[in-house]
Amino acid sequence: MLKIVNGKVYDPANGVDGQIKVIAVKEGRIVPEGELDATARTLDARGMIVLPGAVDMHSHIAGPKVNSARKMRPEDHRRAEPVKRTVVTRSGVMGSNPSTFATGYTYARLGYTTVFDAAVPPLGARHAHEELHDTPLIDKGFFVLMGNNEFILRCVRAGEAEKTRHFAAWLLGAAKGYAIKLVNPGGVEAWKAGGRNVSSIDEAVPGFGVTPRQVISELAQAAMDLGLPHPVHIHANNLGLAGNWETTLQTMKALEGRRAHLAHVQFHSYGGEPGGRLSSRVAELVEYVNGHDSISVDVGQVVFGETTSLTGDGPLGYYLHGVTGRKWFNADVEMEAGCGIVPIRYRGRSHVHTTQWAIGLEWLLLMNDPWRIALSTDHPNGGSFTAYPYVIRLLMDREFRREAIRGVNPKAIASTQLPELDREYSLNEIAIITRAAPARLLGMKRKGHLGPGADADITIYDLDADWEKTFATPKIVIKAGHVIVEDGEIRRDMQGRTLYVEPEYDRSIEPEIRKWFADFYTIEFENYAVDMDYLPHAERVAVSGG
Amino acid sequence: MKAVSSQVFILIPGRTTEQGTSVGDKASPEYRSVTRLLRMNPEDMARLGLTDGAQVRLRNAQGEIVVSCVSAKDELPPGVLFIAYGPESSKLMGGETHGTGMPDSKGIEVELTVAGGSPGRE
Amino acid sequence: MEGEVRVIEHATCTFCGCVCDDIDLTVEGNRITKAKNACVLGKAWFFEYPTAESRPEAMIGGSPSTVGEGIEEAARILTSARYPVVYGLSDTTVEAQRVAVEIADLIGGCLDTTTSVCHGPSGIAFQGVGEATCSLGEIKNRADMVIFWGGNPAESHPRHFTKYSVMPKGMFVPNGRKDRYVVLVDVRKTPSARAADLFIQVKPRKDFELLWALRALVKGIEVDHGIEAETGVSLATLRALVERMKRAKFGVFLFGMGLSMTRGKHYNAAAILALARDLNQYTRFVAKPMRGHGNVTGADNVVAWATGYPFGVSFGRGYPRFNPGEFTTVDLLARGEADAALIISADPVANFPQSAIEHLKRIPTIVLDPQASETAKIARVAFTTAIYGINVAGTVYRMDDVPIRLRPALSSRYPSDEEVLKGIARRVRELRREALSA
Repeated sequence: MLKIVNGKVYDPANGVDGQIKVIAVKEGRIVPEGELDATARTLDARGMIVLPGAVDMHSHIAGPKVNSARKMRPEDHRRAEPVKRTVVTRSGVMGSNPSTFATGYTYARLGYTTVFDAAVPPLGARHAHEELHDTPLIDKGFFVLMGNNEFILRCVRAGEAEKTRHFAAWLLGAAKGYAIKLVNPGGVEAWKAGGRNVSSIDEAVPGFGVTPRQVISELAQAAMDLGLPHPVHIHANNLGLAGNWETTLQTMKALEGRRAHLAHVQFHSYGGEPGGRLSSRVAELVEYVNGHDSISVDVGQVVFGETTSLTGDGPLGYYLHGVTGRKWFNADVEMEAGCGIVPIRYRGRSHVHTTQWAIGLEWLLLMNDPWRIALSTDHPNGGSFTAYPYVIRLLMDREFRREAIRGVNPKAIASTQLPELDREYSLNEIAIITRAAPARLLGMKRKGHLGPGADADITIYDLDADWEKTFATPKIVIKAGHVIVEDGEIRRDMQGRTLYVEPEYDRSIEPEIRKWFADFYTIEFENYAVDMDYLPHAERVAVSGG
Repeated sequence: MKAVSSQVFILIPGRTTEQGTSVGDKASPEYRSVTRLLRMNPEDMARLGLTDGAQVRLRNAQGEIVVSCVSAKDELPPGVLFIAYGPESSKLMGGETHGTGMPDSKGIEVELTVAGGSPGRE
Repeated sequence: MEGEVRVIEHATCTFCGCVCDDIDLTVEGNRITKAKNACVLGKAWFFEYPTAESRPEAMIGGSPSTVGEGIEEAARILTSARYPVVYGLSDTTVEAQRVAVEIADLIGGCLDTTTSVCHGPSGIAFQGVGEATCSLGEIKNRADMVIFWGGNPAESHPRHFTKYSVMPKGMFVPNGRKDRYVVLVDVRKTPSARAADLFIQVKPRKDFELLWALRALVKGIEVDHGIEAETGVSLATLRALVERMKRAKFGVFLFGMGLSMTRGKHYNAAAILALARDLNQYTRFVAKPMRGHGNVTGADNVVAWATGYPFGVSFGRGYPRFNPGEFTTVDLLARGEADAALIISADPVANFPQSAIEHLKRIPTIVLDPQASETAKIARVAFTTAIYGINVAGTVYRMDDVPIRLRPALSSRYPSDEEVLKGIARRVRELRREALSA
């Protein structure tokens, strides 16, 4: 039992905005103060701020592609500050793709207690779970790649919406994943089939005769009909390409009011001619999102420096290899997905990179409703998750932002709205975009807030005049009621939970899936689904209705 | 038969089916014999006056082994030898890895000499 | 029980990197009597595994002991060593590999796997140039051109042709073999040549030159006729091959240890990875090393996710560092540096260079192996462990990084590698704690 007293509490989901309030913890949950007895340990948070544990809803921390990036980039680990073994913790490496143990510890030390990997091919689900098992402290889960699954492409072509839904449900349960993810729907299949891409949501996918538009609307509908806690999570077509904002807008319109989350929207907000310079078209897209409650986004903020582009978007990987000339990893996954990895350095001098940096900030500063925008760097694609304190300072400290603007490509920055935006985020708004909003968007009722019944995942910060310093080193991090971090040091090593869904589906589709495996896969249907042994600390999240 | 002095060959150790099916028990006579059988180009064998089953000695800076040879028909070009991986082939491998962790394990230069007795006299 | 007949369906064979998971095992009493779908190597694996239940579960200095005593002695050796190495791991489960990595971390030792003497150089090449690759099903469903290079799958991976790469009918190659053009490049005309439409015999140790000439031709750079004297392959053959590669819809290089084990090593592997990459300017092309032992790919994955590096890791400074040639086992032993070794399911005494073996015989070693391997025979502490895939459940990664679960057929009186390693890890932790508080 734990009683946190005298702290200023920021708990936007419960309307608490900086009031001094007691937070009571019992058996891993937040409880009314009255439920504590005299044995409760008291933590005095005088002069400190108390927030729910932070939630990263779109990151890349586990599974085949992350591990391939680790293997490919020894230089990236070697340059970074090492993570030394201690009496309670394992050793590891950092860089843009930290080792699993280092990932868990580092997120926890930043006050993050829940993190989702945004792109796991179901054939690699078992691998992702094994890595998550070695990723300590945080709660975690992943989204399952479906936008180029050939079974789904065939169902969509045949107009079999019900079969699509049942198959998606079966696949989620087989992978023990959390949400349906689309990555460049149809475009990855075009890449696998012949090194091409699709250029718009209405271009037919080679060999399948369906359009990305159909895939998007069918799977958005399936996620809603299944009552999944999180709607379809979309990495739209044409990521990173000049002029892609129209594709992004068409994607949102194609949803026709269905709920959806658009990932790393910064990478999808570019004006300009294909092959030419990027410009910002955030204004048009923000206007649309502001007016459509069914759509949420995360940012994919770019941070200057060395990182790794790591994506399920195969053609994008090859495109970036061409642009950067750097080493390239590609892995096509049978029947399901793709993967591309390329090292990348974002430079403040660069016109393109400055524009990208500014676009992410424009999104954050122009969105009216903070409840539908989550902070992300799309780790490590825009930059490492370790940059979150820096990004928070850019949002909270106008002078710091102006100083930063003076250091980037002046022509590029002048073509964006960023220099004119004076908005400063409040602590309450930061608590929304890093906690309350991502938790709500993910449909996690016990995360992202400090009301009774919530998981006792709590971050306490000592205030510093510099917001980056404040958020970089929490005073205390509490996970499931245990103090895991104090003054930046890990006090206790423990396992977080893996969150997954397992929606019901019509078992009569199984014979067809079996035949599909026999015809095309190279592993047995019976050996495909991930057993519960791989999730030793699991929490099955309920679907509504469905 | 003309006496033969040493000749330089390139030795390629590798996997074979017989090596694979017997590797489960390295003490077995089968594993011992399959990892001590050297395959050679028939022209080289004829030139050296060797017939199937003849004993040859392979030597380099790392060590030497005596194995029996057999004609490899059209499998190997002249100058190239093949032997199944095993304790014998390892004796000719050096510990230098040139910074890779991998010793030169294929394409090893060896001196081949006819090892005493001719076939049948073993 | 005697006479009882059971069938374990969809069992997984862990002999080679194919990791076929479609084996139906018939068990009569305490023997596997049938292994449907298994190849000749798989059948040997399932039928001829060591059955000498009389071997002691642990031996210390050649004398039978209990597992507990063995763990105690192993922990003592590992905690008192100054530069120990943990090695092997390709023939055990991911679950055991994870514990072995933890032990190496705890004792501040070196951690290396049989990858370093298999496709380690291909891993180094991957770090240099990247890799365009795919899962085996992509080859089955799409590949219309398959080029085997420096490998002999007919004998090393017998079902690769039929299950993945040559024969199977796939979604975009509905006629199977008829829809594919198959090439074998090797220094010797192995039994695999029979499966190929074209066999190209390259001179020994000239793979790099041949690959570089192909890269040049792909990029439209002139290559002169001297290439034939250099590599044994005519310019006309190379030109025809390049034209065919560019015309293919989906091509794949499957390369063996003929590249990674021969002088040039990671340069050879880098050349083939670069060639596959370059061809993506014209069509889709991928490359894939033909990984050997059942779970060597799992070892790469576990070591990489826990340390950031695939093999050749030192925890000597309290965190992982990577340096092949320094922290790799052959080097640690041949230079006489390691002062203790924990060897899991590998037999370096049977396949390492002499200088390395001699040092290994001088230092205390702890060996976990189902059989009395050459290395087990010289061990200070030897544990007899149950066999993964036959006795032990767990996870194995196929050569294309696809993780597959095991369905063991038989129980064993011996502990698993994981159980023994967990015991050692627990005891090492206790000894370290005692040392810290003393």
